Amino acid sequence: MNTRIFRARHAMGRTVRGPTLVAKDGFSARYDLDRINGIFCRPSHKLAGQSYVGKILVLDTAKGGVATAWMLHEMQSRGIVPLALVLNSVNPILAQGAALGDVPMLAGFDEDITAAIPNGAEVEVNPEMGVLTVVD
Amino acid sequence: MKLNDEEKDILAGKAGPVPRQALQHQIKVGEFFGAEDMVAVTQAHLMADTESLGEAGVRWLEGLAATVDGQRRVRIPTITDPRGTDFANADLLGQTSAMLDLERRAISAFEALGVAMTNTCINYQTIQAPTRNEHVAFGDTGVVIYSNSICGARSNFEGGPSALAAGLTGRTPRYGFHLPEMRRATLRIHVEFTPTSLNGWGALGGVIGRIAGNYWAVPVIEGIEGAPRSDQLKHFGASMASFGSIALFHLAGLTPEAGKLTDVAAPGLPSLRVTRADVDELQRSYHTDDQVDVVVFSAPQLSLFELSDLAGLCDGRRFAVPLLAVTSPQVKPDADRMGYTARIEAAGGKVLSGMCFYQSYAREISEAMGWKRLATNSAKLVNILGGYGYRPMLASMESCVDAAVSGKLART
Repeated sequence: MNTRIFRARHAMGRTVRGPTLVAKDGFSARYDLDRINGIFCRPSHKLAGQSYVGKILVLDTAKGGVATAWMLHEMQSRGIVPLALVLNSVNPILAQGAALGDVPMLAGFDEDITAAIPNGAEVEVNPEMGVLTVVD
Repeated sequence: MKLNDEEKDILAGKAGPVPRQALQHQIKVGEFFGAEDMVAVTQAHLMADTESLGEAGVRWLEGLAATVDGQRRVRIPTITDPRGTDFANADLLGQTSAMLDLERRAISAFEALGVAMTNTCINYQTIQAPTRNEHVAFGDTGVVIYSNSICGARSNFEGGPSALAAGLTGRTPRYGFHLPEMRRATLRIHVEFTPTSLNGWGALGGVIGRIAGNYWAVPVIEGIEGAPRSDQLKHFGASMASFGSIALFHLAGLTPEAGKLTDVAAPGLPSLRVTRADVDELQRSYHTDDQVDVVVFSAPQLSLFELSDLAGLCDGRRFAVPLLAVTSPQVKPDADRMGYTARIEAAGGKVLSGMCFYQSYAREISEAMGWKRLATNSAKLVNILGGYGYRPMLASMESCVDAAVSGKLART
C-alpha cells in the first residue's frame, strides 16, 4: 500500500476516512452551497453541480460571511454535510462552525494542498495527529 | 490555553452549564488557532437568522434558554444582526408561516438568554460604535471590518455560536486581530481612482477583496482622495469582507492605525495598482441582462442618509417592478417621521426593517415571487446572490430607481 502524509498546523475533531473532492477554490456554506440538495451551486465555483455529501473537501480558503458558523451544524443535523474539511487556510468562522457542527477539519500545510491531493482519492483525516494520509 | 481563575471556575461548571459550554466552544476554537489566553470583550454582536440556524440551530438555542441552573443570561451587552424577516411585511416576500414560526422561537430563546434584539448590521452607525483598541466580539463581517478598520477596535469574525459564547463568558480567545502584530499590513494597494457612488465604493472593495483573498490578509490602501463618508466606507468594507473574507484594512493617512503608511507597513510589501478599469470591469461583469424583476437596496442596511437620498429619487416616479429598501429598526422610525418612507412607498416601493435581503430565505423568495434578475447598488449583495439562483446586477442608486420605473437597467 502506497501512502502519502501531509501535516497540518491547525486541526480539530474526529478521525475520518473517505473520498476527496478537490478544487483550488474557496468555501462558504451560504455563498457556494445548495444545502438542501447537497451540491455546490454557485455557478462560478469550480465544483458547481457536484455533491459534497460524505466527501472530504479539499479546498483553498474560507470565503464569505459568518453564516457558515451555524450552517455546518444545521447540515450535520440532516446528514447533508461534508465528511471533513481540508483547506490551505481557514478563517475563524469556518473553525467556529466546524466546532459547533462536529465537522473534522485540517488547515495550514507546507504546500498547496489542493495541488497535492488527487480528486477522488481515498484519504484519512486525523486531527489528533494533525495529519492527512492519502491511501491509494 | 492559559486560563485565569475565573475561567477555570467557569470550566468547572461553577457558573452553570451554559457558560461552561460556551467556554468549551471558545477553547476549541482558540486552540485551533493557537491562542495563548482569553481577552475580555465589552460587546458582542450576534448573527443568527433562522435560515442559517435551521430547526437544528433553533433547538440548540432553546436548549440553552431552557436551562435553569446557574447563569443563563449574557454578561455583556449582546445585540443581534438582522432577522430573517420583517414580520409586518412577510407576505410581500412570499415567506411562509413555518419561516415566521421559526423566527419567533429563535427570538424567544435569545430573549431568555438576555440578548437585545437590535436586528441591525449597522450597529456602528446606530447603536454604539466601538472605540480604538476596544476588544469586541462582533458577528456580521461588514460590522467587523468597519469596527476594526474605521474605529480601530479589535475583533475577529465571530459567528453566531462564538459571539453568543462571548456574550455569555464576557471574553473571547486572543488570536487574529486581537493581536497587534496581526493588524499590520500584508500588502499595499495603490488606488488610482476614488469612487463617489456607493456602488463604486462597493465595487472597489470587491476588487481589493479579490486581490487580498483571505482572512489573514490586511491591505493598506493608498491614493484615496478626500475623506470618505461613513456610508461609502460601509459599502467598501462590507464588499471587501464579502469578496475576500477580509476583516481589516487600513487607509493610509485616514484610518486610526495608519496615520502614516510606515505605521502599518514594513518595507518590501507586495504592492499592486487598482485602476478605474478594474472597478468598471467588476460592475460590468454582473450586467448580464437588461430586464429587471426586482430592485433591492440592502446589505448593509440603509442609513437615514441613504433613505433620504432614495426618497429624493422616488419623488414623482411610479414603479413598474417591486423596489425594496431595507433598514434597521433604529433608523426606520426616523425615516417614517421624516417622511422618507412615505415618499418611497408613494412611488410603489417598500421600506423593510430589521432584516437583510440575503439573510431572509433569498432562494425561497426568488421561487415564491419569481424574482431572478435583481438590480442593486450593493456589491456585497451581488456577490452573495449568485449562489442563491439570482442574476444580480450592480448599478448606481439612480440607475436602480430608473430600472424600477422602466423594468430595464441602462448600460453604463
